[in-house]
Amino acid sequence: MLEVKNLTKIYDNKVLALDNVSFQVEDGQFMAVIGLSGSGKSTLLRCINRLVEPTRGQVIWDGVDITAAPQEDLRLIRRRIGMIFQQFNLVTRASVLTNVLSGRLGYTNPLWSLINYFPKEDVEKAMANLERVGIADKAHSRADELSGGQQQRVGIARALMQDPQILLADEPVASLDPVLAHSIMRILKKLNQEDGISVICSLHFLDLVQQYADRAIALNEGRPVFDGLPREIDDQRFKEIYGRDAERIG
Amino acid sequence: MSQPRNRRSIWRSLAIFFAALVILVVYAYGLQVTKVDLEKPKEARRQAQLTNIIRGLARPRLFEYEEKRLEIDAPLMMPCNDQVVLPPVDTSGRYIELTPNCVALGGRVTVNGYNFEPGETVFLYFLPRAASIHEQVELRLADAPIEVNPQGQFTYVAEMRKDRPSDEPQAIRAVVKMRSGLPHPSDTLKDTWDKIVETVFLALIATTLGTALAIPISFLGARNLMSNVVSPFGSIMTGLLLAPVGGVVGFRLFSWLKGLGGGLGQRAWPGLGALMVSIAVVWALILLLSRQTRGRFAALRQGGLGLLAALLAVFALGLLATLGIRLGLGLQEVLGPFAFLGNLIFVIADLLAIILPLLGGLMGLFLFVSLGSSLSGRFLRSTRPTTAKAFTAIAATLAGAVLAALLLGGIAWLYEVENPVRFVAVPAAAVGAIMLVISLLVDVQRPVPTGMIVYNITRTILNALRSIEPLIMVVAFAVWVGIGPFAGVMALALHTIAGLGKLYSEQVENILEGPIEAVTATGANRLQTIVYAVIPQIVPPYIAFTIYRWDINVRMSTIIGFGGGGGIGFLVQQNLNLLKYRDASVQMIAIAIVVATLDYASAKVRERIV
Ligand SMILES: Nc1ncnc2c1ncn2[C@@H]1O[C@H](COP(=O)(O)OP(=O)(O)OP(=O)(O)O)[C@@H](O)[C@H]1O
Ligand SMILES: [Mg+2]
Repeated sequence: MLEVKNLTKIYDNKVLALDNVSFQVEDGQFMAVIGLSGSGKSTLLRCINRLVEPTRGQVIWDGVDITAAPQEDLRLIRRRIGMIFQQFNLVTRASVLTNVLSGRLGYTNPLWSLINYFPKEDVEKAMANLERVGIADKAHSRADELSGGQQQRVGIARALMQDPQILLADEPVASLDPVLAHSIMRILKKLNQEDGISVICSLHFLDLVQQYADRAIALNEGRPVFDGLPREIDDQRFKEIYGRDAERIG
Repeated sequence: MSQPRNRRSIWRSLAIFFAALVILVVYAYGLQVTKVDLEKPKEARRQAQLTNIIRGLARPRLFEYEEKRLEIDAPLMMPCNDQVVLPPVDTSGRYIELTPNCVALGGRVTVNGYNFEPGETVFLYFLPRAASIHEQVELRLADAPIEVNPQGQFTYVAEMRKDRPSDEPQAIRAVVKMRSGLPHPSDTLKDTWDKIVETVFLALIATTLGTALAIPISFLGARNLMSNVVSPFGSIMTGLLLAPVGGVVGFRLFSWLKGLGGGLGQRAWPGLGALMVSIAVVWALILLLSRQTRGRFAALRQGGLGLLAALLAVFALGLLATLGIRLGLGLQEVLGPFAFLGNLIFVIADLLAIILPLLGGLMGLFLFVSLGSSLSGRFLRSTRPTTAKAFTAIAATLAGAVLAALLLGGIAWLYEVENPVRFVAVPAAAVGAIMLVISLLVDVQRPVPTGMIVYNITRTILNALRSIEPLIMVVAFAVWVGIGPFAGVMALALHTIAGLGKLYSEQVENILEGPIEAVTATGANRLQTIVYAVIPQIVPPYIAFTIYRWDINVRMSTIIGFGGGGGIGFLVQQNLNLLKYRDASVQMIAIAIVVATLDYASAKVRERIV
């Protein structure tokens, strides 16, 4: 179980990006994070694996305080938390396989990994994961030769290399067309259901939230304004989350 | 309403007027200081000199002819003596006739030449024949060479000397210098070729060395990599305290191991055997290390094995260096024209022998600092605040005192201070005390931005180095390692580090944050993140900048010789000083060709890569 307690983030430029956010995520849950642009969704996800250092508050995972973990322990925690990104964040000049293998860096012997050597098991695992997301044939292409949807699959395969228990997905489909968006979301849902991986996923489109998420929380200027089932978001709630003038689309 | 605006415009005009005045004064003074004197270039003497230089440069001494010297003699009596009958002149080929053929001391003789080639130039000499002179000497008669007219003739009225009387026949000689055979490359051209090769390789080695060192330094000078490196005050102090210790231990240890290996390497076959064995053992250890291990003492075991492998590797390298030196020297003797290959092996092995202890010092320093600061960081986090405070205080005091003592010791040595102990001890104690006070004031748990401190120091040093031109640096290096290309290599390499270090780190600062985030999120450590997320992004710009720097270095290496740094600049300077403009011209052409060619080539390569 992941527990977020009174999490606050104030950036160096005094922007209050998260304001006293608390919630719990049960193991195996698919939780959506929604909110306007700039409401703090990315900040929240990054505070969980401390890509962004929270200013106050705690993130506790199975009794371990992630926010207090020293650097070396943090690495061990991070390797069980996969992450995928809106911009995919692949190393575009490297091959797909290398990108996927880099998900294994937390586990491999650091010395070997420096010369790009991975054990055979890891390479096999990478191929299996590519197979799982449906692009095994692209293993030896350069990452920037792939389409957006394919790149996001590589991102997922990379996260899977970590044997994650939690998957953080920061607007994973925001730069994809609707068809691709659904295919990526289906992969995430499948991982959630088959492997029991908890998914925390920020999303912009409510229909995606209602179709795939078990639960949604909403942020507005860093403050939590909703926590409940996706179908509970009616027009009234919608206006609370997105502001009075917002119109629903999709 | 109009009043203030009016006043403002008056002020404005005044300000503009004064600005103009200041600018005028600045330029007037500038002209005076730079001694601009438009009369100088108009002086006839200077214009003649300029013509000379331009003519010289316009006729580069690229090729030379073999010269044949034709001597045509005509007998002469001075003073006249009826007893002696002069032999007749052979008129079959070129010949000269003297009228009269006997003359008083200091008299005039008309020299007529016949059957010469039109347009030839003739030099006239007087050959005195006296008992006191054993060898034949030629005394110049005409000041300038004489030109033969279209009929193949010339006439010259020579004024004879007063100091060479003789009873025997003397002679007047006409000398024609004739080119024979095909033109062949001049000696200047050969020297130029040698030096231009030296120049290009000077640039190559300097660029290679500079690049190799600039890459790691550029990471230290990149804000985005360094900004999130933080550690508590106490662990920084522990690291600083341990830094000199690690350096000395590493240096000593590596020197000792190198010596051990070197001793074995003195004899070829046992040395080679030992080398094989140690390489095999190191390999086995690495294989053992690469196994995943779990358990309580896994880290300790891994560390121990790693250390053993590293020490053995150093031993093997020391052995290799000694064997390499011997091999290189041996090959130099047997390879003949390919002796430079032997020299290459020798230089590399020698370099290895020199840098091993230095490398040891650096690695020891790095290891002690990182181990010390991470262990003490752990300790500080887990212990009680009072203990942490006390630990920090002690570490800070000691670190301050030790570092100050080392620094002052260096200064005392440099300036040959009278009483070094007092000079060092008192201020060191003072610095220790200051650090004690600081450590008591700071919050010991609060992280200090170590990364930014390192970043700022790196950038400052790079900027300072970059502001010194290589042509000046080379003077210092020439004093240290002697005049020659080696000094040039060192100066250029140092400047390359400074220049590329900055350019590279700016490239690192420009890379996309996304992949770094993604790789960090997988639980990779800092080094892995650099290898997997940073390096792939910086390879293309790094290559582009290296090529750009290579261009600069080729240009620089052509003039580094002016400062004693070897290469073609040395020849250019020498020839200019000796007023040998025709030779300097050859070298300038060579420089132009090399620079233009490499410019073009590197532009092509850059197009391909980026
Ligand atoms: N590195 C940073 N430094 C300073 N301020 C930041 C930084 N990152 C984000 N912010 C600010 O924090 C607030 C929350 O940003 P965040 O990226 O978390 O929002 P978001 O909900 O993910 O928005 P989007 O939907 O556009 O991705 C914004 O006001 C943003 O300007
Ligand atoms: Mg975002």
